[in-house]
Amino acid sequence: MQTSIGLRRLRINQQARIVAVHANGELGRRIREMGLVPGTLIRVIGRAPLRDPVALRLLDFTLTLRNNEADNILVEPIEESSENKP
Amino acid sequence: MTKRITFALAGNPNSGKSTFFNALTGARQHVANYPGVTVEKKEGYLAFQGKNLHIVDLPGTYSLTAYSQEELVARNFLVNERPQVVVDVLNAGALERNLYLAVQFMELGVPLVLALNMMDEVRKQGRRIDTKRLSSLLGVPVVETVARTGEGKEALLEAALDHAGRLEGRWNPLRISYGPDLDPVLQEMEALITRENFLTDLFPARWTALKYLEDDEEIRGMGLKAHSLSKKLEEMAARISDHCQSTLKTSPDSIIADYRYGYISSLLRQDVIQRDETRLRRMDMSDQADKIITHRLLGPMIMIGVLYGLYKLTFTLGETPMGWVESFFGWLGETAGAALPDGLVRSLVVSGIIDGVGGILSFVPLIAIIFILLSILEDSGYIARMAYMLDRVFRTFGLHGCSVMPFIVSGGIAGGCAVPGIMGARALRSPKEKLATLLTAPFMPCGAKIPVFLMLAAAFFPDKGASVMFWITLGAWAMALLVAKALRLTMIRGQSTPFVMELPPYRLPTLNGVLIHAWERTWMYIRKAGTVILALAILIWAAMTFPSLPEEQTALFQSDRAAVLTRLAATAQTSAEIDALAEIDAREAEAALRYSLAGRLGTALEPLSALAGFDWRTNIALIGGFAAKEVIVSTMGTAYSLGEVDPEETATLSEWLREDPTWSPLAALSMIIFVLLYAPCFVTIVVMARESSWGWALFAMGFNTLLAFGLATAVFQVGRLLS
Repeated sequence: MQTSIGLRRLRINQQARIVAVHANGELGRRIREMGLVPGTLIRVIGRAPLRDPVALRLLDFTLTLRNNEADNILVEPIEESSENKP
Repeated sequence: MTKRITFALAGNPNSGKSTFFNALTGARQHVANYPGVTVEKKEGYLAFQGKNLHIVDLPGTYSLTAYSQEELVARNFLVNERPQVVVDVLNAGALERNLYLAVQFMELGVPLVLALNMMDEVRKQGRRIDTKRLSSLLGVPVVETVARTGEGKEALLEAALDHAGRLEGRWNPLRISYGPDLDPVLQEMEALITRENFLTDLFPARWTALKYLEDDEEIRGMGLKAHSLSKKLEEMAARISDHCQSTLKTSPDSIIADYRYGYISSLLRQDVIQRDETRLRRMDMSDQADKIITHRLLGPMIMIGVLYGLYKLTFTLGETPMGWVESFFGWLGETAGAALPDGLVRSLVVSGIIDGVGGILSFVPLIAIIFILLSILEDSGYIARMAYMLDRVFRTFGLHGCSVMPFIVSGGIAGGCAVPGIMGARALRSPKEKLATLLTAPFMPCGAKIPVFLMLAAAFFPDKGASVMFWITLGAWAMALLVAKALRLTMIRGQSTPFVMELPPYRLPTLNGVLIHAWERTWMYIRKAGTVILALAILIWAAMTFPSLPEEQTALFQSDRAAVLTRLAATAQTSAEIDALAEIDAREAEAALRYSLAGRLGTALEPLSALAGFDWRTNIALIGGFAAKEVIVSTMGTAYSLGEVDPEETATLSEWLREDPTWSPLAALSMIIFVLLYAPCFVTIVVMARESSWGWALFAMGFNTLLAFGLATAVFQVGRLLS
């Protein structure tokens, strides 16, 4: 599958690979310094009670970011049969 | 033997750097601020193998850009102070991300030693890190450590001393390739920089070139002052930036970050980490816990429970030691009163200094306990979850998830203190949201406002104390959030700070860490009570004492007293006479107060304050409240001729107010609103000024008072029309 989608649209427990980060300035820098760069594997592990922000697992740690910040990140979902169960 | 060696301790937040610093220095540490900024500077000393080590704990950062004060402070310290060695503490469990900072230190060229910390967790997860291989690939010493137990401490110190000794202050910058788009221009810039000796006394040439490509404001500013080459470098950087935008749709600084991470992952791919995927990992346990702790419904319920428990525990535990401190100052006041002759000096020492400072210091046990409990919550990782859960709500009002702690400490659940609350706003890295937070946190019902509310509730809303407090707290939150929103729409406009934040795995806090953390914050509070409050206590005392009653009036009271005394000598009946004497004393105190500077001010303000339902006596109390809210109840006691009123025992004052025709439930409501919202106390103002600027602190004083008076007046006038 070569379709890339916004990070916001990932389901919980879905894995994906980052394709591009379209953010500049401080937000872009903060996103990148935490390791959200193209090629990194991520997984959505949860959402806050009001569905925003979102918690991600990447590079062996957990990161949170808001939905509108996640919109700057394009990902390519990876289908995994074992991970599909909630 | 006595040559001092400076170690800088650096690393990511949550890497265990502070635990490490505490393990190395123990109690021999000193906290101050870096000059001109509100970033804490911690230093400590340590004797090791006959050498004197000076250890500086740099602020925790993820990078070395110019975007945050912390990063600038860390960078400037390294460049200006040139420590003999930099120890970078890494969370070995998230090695890849932690190496991002390490690589930047290496590009700067500082003498670096890596401490792979939290190795116990890594081992438990069945992972192995080939430290030797990592060390030879990076070309810097790498030591495995567990800061919580002190494991690897000595080995690290040895490696660091050895490394410092071998390098003797030489810097060896690392060169990373930034790909075909940036490498040519980097080389060109580097050659120019070297030829012109542009800032080369401070930074390696390639590093300066990189910073121009990253559009680093600080370096550009320094360059502009230093040399004409700066213009040319800026042009080159702008040209390559345009090129990247048009051909690759990206910016040089994102290419730089991508290549840095690429460099790190290519290193780690060379058999540095071995994983055993079958083992249960701490991260997974944390994930399981988060499924409950940040659950849609359970999460908020647990949060309310934790907050309620926090305050319940604080007040239960704090009551007894608070009593001790109060009785100590009571005893001190009596002793001083007995030792000193009647007169102005005694009045100054007892009513001014001991009562004033004692009132503030009696809050110390409470504040220390709050801080211990908050440190536990912080170190365990729960505070980060609270910010995560509440961010959506706070963002609506132009604040940030991390604003929740300053609000709660300030009294968001009745009974905090705005001083530590505002200091806690440091955790907010964005200046705009921090400013909005610290300007609105003082609306919360802090521990000093509560006696006023309880006294008024007892007088006019009997048996409804609890619900009055509930509505006051709710009103405070509403006002804080609304005012924050208004400020963010007008005076502090600007984009919200990203919520890109690490959620650290849950960890058991260490006793040592919690105690040191809590002590630092408590000590800051005590120090302020000892300086600012002392001066203010004297000032208020003077305003309420001078000018003193003219001779003929004191003589009048004196003759009244003499009449009672002669009657007392003549008859056996005593209790009525003693009451009569006390009544004369009280009347004299009231007359003296009205005659004093504060009394005249209160009387002068009466025409205005009557709009909100306050008479001259209330005015004096409220003026005193500008300095400290603790003063309000005791001053009203004096103004209503009651003599001394203990803020804990306000029953008599409540009765008195209920009988007084100038008071009504409406006036009480108006006063509650005013006391809740008006100018923060003076210590808070000083701390606000330190955390932002005197301009903003004085703004808070004026704006909050106008807002409070406006609202109180509106409620009082509308209420009168309706009744």
